[in-house]
Amino acid sequence: MFKRLDSNPSKRVTITIDGIPHEAVAGETAAAAVLLSGIDCTRTTPVSATPRAPFCLMGVCYECLMVIDGQPNRRACQEYVAEGMRIETQRGPGALPE
Amino acid sequence: MKTDTLIIGGGLMGCSTALQLAKRGARCVILDKDSPGRHASGVNAGGLRRLNRHPAEIPLSVASAEMWHDIESLVDNDCDTRFPGQIRVAENREDMQKLQERAAMVRDLGYAHEEIIEREALYQLVPALTPDCEGALICRDDGYGRPFHALNAFRRKACSLGVECHSATRVDQIDRARKEWRVITPKGEYRAPVLVNCAGAWAGPIAATLGEPVPLKAGAPMLMISERLPRFIEPVIGAASRKLSFKQMQNGTLLIGGAHMAELDFKQQLTEMNWAKLAVSARTVLALFPQLKDARIVRTWAGIEAFMPDHLPVISRSSTSAHAYHAFGFSAHGFQMSPVVGKILSQLILDDQTNLPIEPFDIRRFQKDR
Amino acid sequence: MSTAGPKAHYSLVIIGAGPAGLAAAAAAAGHGLDIALLDEQRAPGGQIYRAIESIPAERARLLGSEYRRGEDLVGAIRNSDVEYFPDTQIWSLNREREIGLVHGRSAAMISADQVVLAGGAIERPVPYPGWTLPGVMNAGAGQILLKAQGIVPANGVVLAGSGALLLLLAWQYMRAGVQIKALLDCTPMHNHLRALPYLPRALLARHYLLKGLQYKLDLKRAGISTLQNVSDMQADGEQRVESVSYRHRGRQHTIKTDLLLTHFGVIPHIQLSQAAGCRHYWDKSQQCWRPQVDEWGNSSVNGILIAGDGVGIGGARTAEHAGRLTALEAVRALGRVSQHERDRLARNDRKWMREEQHIRPFLEAFFHLPGKLLAAPADDTVVCRCEEVTAGAIRKAISEGHDDSNQVKFLTRCGMGPCQGRQCAESVTHIVAGATGKSLPEVGLFRVRPPITPLTLEQLGSLFPDETE
Repeated sequence: MFKRLDSNPSKRVTITIDGIPHEAVAGETAAAAVLLSGIDCTRTTPVSATPRAPFCLMGVCYECLMVIDGQPNRRACQEYVAEGMRIETQRGPGALPE
Repeated sequence: MKTDTLIIGGGLMGCSTALQLAKRGARCVILDKDSPGRHASGVNAGGLRRLNRHPAEIPLSVASAEMWHDIESLVDNDCDTRFPGQIRVAENREDMQKLQERAAMVRDLGYAHEEIIEREALYQLVPALTPDCEGALICRDDGYGRPFHALNAFRRKACSLGVECHSATRVDQIDRARKEWRVITPKGEYRAPVLVNCAGAWAGPIAATLGEPVPLKAGAPMLMISERLPRFIEPVIGAASRKLSFKQMQNGTLLIGGAHMAELDFKQQLTEMNWAKLAVSARTVLALFPQLKDARIVRTWAGIEAFMPDHLPVISRSSTSAHAYHAFGFSAHGFQMSPVVGKILSQLILDDQTNLPIEPFDIRRFQKDR
Repeated sequence: MSTAGPKAHYSLVIIGAGPAGLAAAAAAAGHGLDIALLDEQRAPGGQIYRAIESIPAERARLLGSEYRRGEDLVGAIRNSDVEYFPDTQIWSLNREREIGLVHGRSAAMISADQVVLAGGAIERPVPYPGWTLPGVMNAGAGQILLKAQGIVPANGVVLAGSGALLLLLAWQYMRAGVQIKALLDCTPMHNHLRALPYLPRALLARHYLLKGLQYKLDLKRAGISTLQNVSDMQADGEQRVESVSYRHRGRQHTIKTDLLLTHFGVIPHIQLSQAAGCRHYWDKSQQCWRPQVDEWGNSSVNGILIAGDGVGIGGARTAEHAGRLTALEAVRALGRVSQHERDRLARNDRKWMREEQHIRPFLEAFFHLPGKLLAAPADDTVVCRCEEVTAGAIRKAISEGHDDSNQVKFLTRCGMGPCQGRQCAESVTHIVAGATGKSLPEVGLFRVRPPITPLTLEQLGSLFPDETE
């Protein structure tokens, strides 16, 4: 769906998305990294379990809620990638925080 | 317009009273200054609790519980009720002692709904609770409902039986002439032989107009609610020595109350959250459920509600005027009582008597020269 | 950048570090005041100048010359005595100017003698079939990815909707070499007529019009043509968007795509001004709720001023001038300049604000959204994305006698999810008004229930440690 304009970016970090290692670039949001990774669904809704993905990327729509470093309900568009960050698809309301 | 009974206030008490009257063929009109359930009735915590009631309220609360357990037959809707029990946790021996005394007192009154459970039984029911609590007082088939849904179910059922509900109809003046009450509103004049005051936090001036002023105080107890969480607790939790009402709603959200008050501008009907008190509330929750530290609060609010100095409601004939009745001042625990209060008022109005003991709620208790 | 959190009290707190907030901070600096500039982003610039300090030169060129303006605005703050706090979410503001915030991960409650709100705008949420599917996003989201991270559509994109941003994004994507599969303009054709009476006056500010025409011309040269007067646009797909369908010139069309970016104009982000109890009104021309302010940005609440797109949509340049006006007024209110001095310093900004009035009525008429789009989503279209409440469920609640926004919210949970109604409040107002025949102001907006951004129990519990039951 998305790609980087710069094919050889500097300041790379390694993150995992649903357990799979991905390269991201420092300064990128978790939402951007996830969109680049090609996964379509970043959460399923707690009401009807339908798939959703980031929508506004500016912190107002709360569609990009994901489990980040074990914490559910984090807005992926407001979190910045860091070495070792664990990003997971949130299923429904997610698990209770670790 | 003319009717049999004019009810001022379209909250739960008003709608419940109208419903009971309509079921027996009486015509009534509800007048509401806003829309039904705009304040306390629509936005309270929805507790269906007999647990830890004032002794005077127990007979009414027990009768009301029976009605709630069969609420669908009354209003054609289950009001989203659940009955997983209400629990009052003892965090230490002192608490436990207090609860045991309470249980004994209720037993001595001849009731069996409140019982003590020991540690093991408590953790079986609430495994998520912080370790080291001593035990609890429990009322096993207490529970909760969704207030705005209940209010609408009562209102709709009443209306299906012919009750008229007039929103945005503020009462400006009340007088009595030729054996009739005359109520003047911006939308016109209403007349009826019987008048009922179910005006909640706004009931004071109506009582005063009838010549029986009451020391009613409006307050706005704060509630807060979390995002949806996975289900981790069934019963409603309170604590023996803390201000807390805590439950996980049907949809997974946590509803947290504790009778902490918002700042209230009564005239403007504006409430402002007291974050210092909500912080206390959050600390109370975390003391009992430390694993919830990252659960997010998404909304807080406060419904405007009538409080009496003795925290008991007024459920009473008028002491000054024939054919006038009161039901207000439930002091933030009226939701559960609403079905039976409607029944009681309908009995007073149509039969001039009720089988339930309502003397403790008489409006004359506030009259000094009595 | 401070690593410690803000102090307990400031004479002036400015919320938002976009053009309005940055300009306000710069204008208020140097008057010996204790000033904090709070912003939720990690770096200053707001959405319009996002990543202005870190963007590679090549990418900045793609965005066009307007974008570079942000450099001076940010530079002025970096070299001032203003305390700037990025990564700061505001969750509460009241009439006493007490501000609840989370800085980093820690919550705090601070206060200020004067508050300038410069929270900007959000994209107008318009529900249409399929708008919740993965692969459907706001056009603004696409632009944020481009600005902040140099990320662009990989397999082409369909752009649809109405408004200036749509055209700008198409132009920027074209320059970045992105394949634009279709540019679907949902602006109704009769808007040309609607806007015509305002055209002569708009010609006084023709640089706006010329720029728009230039973008169109550039796109046309690149072989990208805009389809005008498109209607019935919707996204289709099972687990994600697979295609977009629409009507054009009386015929139904479908186009395959894995990405649809839509835009329907922007509206003021008013959660904070609502939370503070500021008076708001419905603006028919801008089709949005706006806080009521005087020419200096004073809201109806004493000591709370509002500037920029959070007041009404005027764009980035206007936001700068409005920001300066509020700052000068706040500095006057704090006794640092006389009224005379304020007026003198504000002369240029007031002139701009007057001239701005030339173009706005034309643009607003030109991009006026039809009622069909705002008030008439089909019954099975989701309106509240969080709680998945459909237009049909809202209409059912209305038919049961719930004839204002808040009753609909109580009954359906519409607006009770984590976004706090940001994505559905306007739609609910429109649908209720459409179904009841009431006016939009009568139907009203959702009452705001703080915290306006979620707050953890631990954060809340950390406040007021001395308070007891």
